[in-house]
Amino acid sequence: MSGVRVLVGTRKGGFVLSADGKRERWEVSGPHFAGWEIYHMKGSPADPNRLYASQSTGWFGQLIQRSDDGGKSWEPVGNKFAYDGVPGTHKWYDGTPHPWEFKRVWHMEPSLTDPDTVYAGVEDAALFRSTDGAKTWHELPGLREHGTGSSWQPGAGGLCLHTIILDPQHPGRMYIAISAAGAFRTDDGAKTWKPINHGLHSQHIPDPDAEVGHCVHHIAMHGARPEVLYMQKHWDVMRSDNAGDSWQEVSGNLPTDFGFAIDVHAHEPETIYVVPIKSDSEHFPPDGKLRVYRSRTGGNEWEALTKGLPQRDCYVNVLRDAMAMDALDSCGVYFGTTGGQVYASPDAGENWAPIVRDLPAVLSVEVQTLP
Amino acid sequence: MILVVLPAHLRTLAQVNGDVQLEIHGHATQRAVLDALESLYPMLRGTIRDQVTLERRPFLRFFACEEDLSFASPDAPLPDAAASGKEPFFIIGAIAGG
Repeated sequence: MSGVRVLVGTRKGGFVLSADGKRERWEVSGPHFAGWEIYHMKGSPADPNRLYASQSTGWFGQLIQRSDDGGKSWEPVGNKFAYDGVPGTHKWYDGTPHPWEFKRVWHMEPSLTDPDTVYAGVEDAALFRSTDGAKTWHELPGLREHGTGSSWQPGAGGLCLHTIILDPQHPGRMYIAISAAGAFRTDDGAKTWKPINHGLHSQHIPDPDAEVGHCVHHIAMHGARPEVLYMQKHWDVMRSDNAGDSWQEVSGNLPTDFGFAIDVHAHEPETIYVVPIKSDSEHFPPDGKLRVYRSRTGGNEWEALTKGLPQRDCYVNVLRDAMAMDALDSCGVYFGTTGGQVYASPDAGENWAPIVRDLPAVLSVEVQTLP
Repeated sequence: MILVVLPAHLRTLAQVNGDVQLEIHGHATQRAVLDALESLYPMLRGTIRDQVTLERRPFLRFFACEEDLSFASPDAPLPDAAASGKEPFFIIGAIAGG
């Protein structure tokens, strides 16, 4: 029987949660890299035993760990992230120029076809690639240098490149998102980039419809329809039907359109999930009720999914990379909270149960569907 | 022989149980100690000093012989007792917590 492996990054280590296809009994492995912040772990689609993990602390900086046996053992690999050339400045919080400084890796995106090729989204925002299994890293400077970089400004979490999406149908096409610069697309393998923020409206910037400056929290895509993108922006849930060339709001009847995580059902490209969060100053669910909202219409019409989730006195957050799907016949949905719970639904969100309740604050959740 | 005391996280990372003993060829300086340490334990590269600028990471300090050597030149000689291994060279992480 096939199974699933859930990779959980937390404030104090990484955890690997494993189950067979029933997803009822779980084995918990970890903490790996105890005491370190694990911003993200992700497996290679081309080799499920190849995992990459971003490990960091404020004391000792950034490490990258690699596993070749599905997370049983790990090896520290290359951690030298040097910007290409003289990186110049971006804007600081107060609007003054600030030098580009590497801080950490937020997101790792393995190639769809080559286990040794992996992309890293970093703070201060830039895109790096390794083609030797993460031993060495090289910046893909076309993004940072495409023309608007000097005007990028950090969000509250820093100037972070947190989302990387590889288009499975158009070689060379890739999407990235930066807080708080916006979304960008390349069609030529990361040589050239363009902002794709037309239709986004953000009141926190001087020109609410500016080309860049939008605080995009996360983007999701279904591989069968890669031209359709879904976005959870700081405020607003958005949709694009033309590879990001334009966006329209699909927040519809959500109780609040603020949030971080967004993802797409594994088999239904019009079925999407978000976790509404009350506001950017409170960062917890409305009314103390943890509710996942699902739209089966690609947005606008949303239903609350609550069975098995706490419906009182719940004040956790669900961060941008902390929701994922499995690809079993009955699509599993997973998310982690800043309260240390990882919830799983084996039936597309109808019923939920915690796999674990008491981990450190969850930063990221990724799922591998195993043969 | 120089004795180096690592913070707990770095001992775990380097898979060493106790203090680290290093043979230094030439003058015993901070730079020589860190070069030898990173050569013996490559996984420590970037965790103590920046890989590009080689500057000490801001939340770490270097102590030896009851002196704070954090702001000494990386090429300054270590105190004799540290250079001879009688006293350890401490790499200390800033204390966090309340």
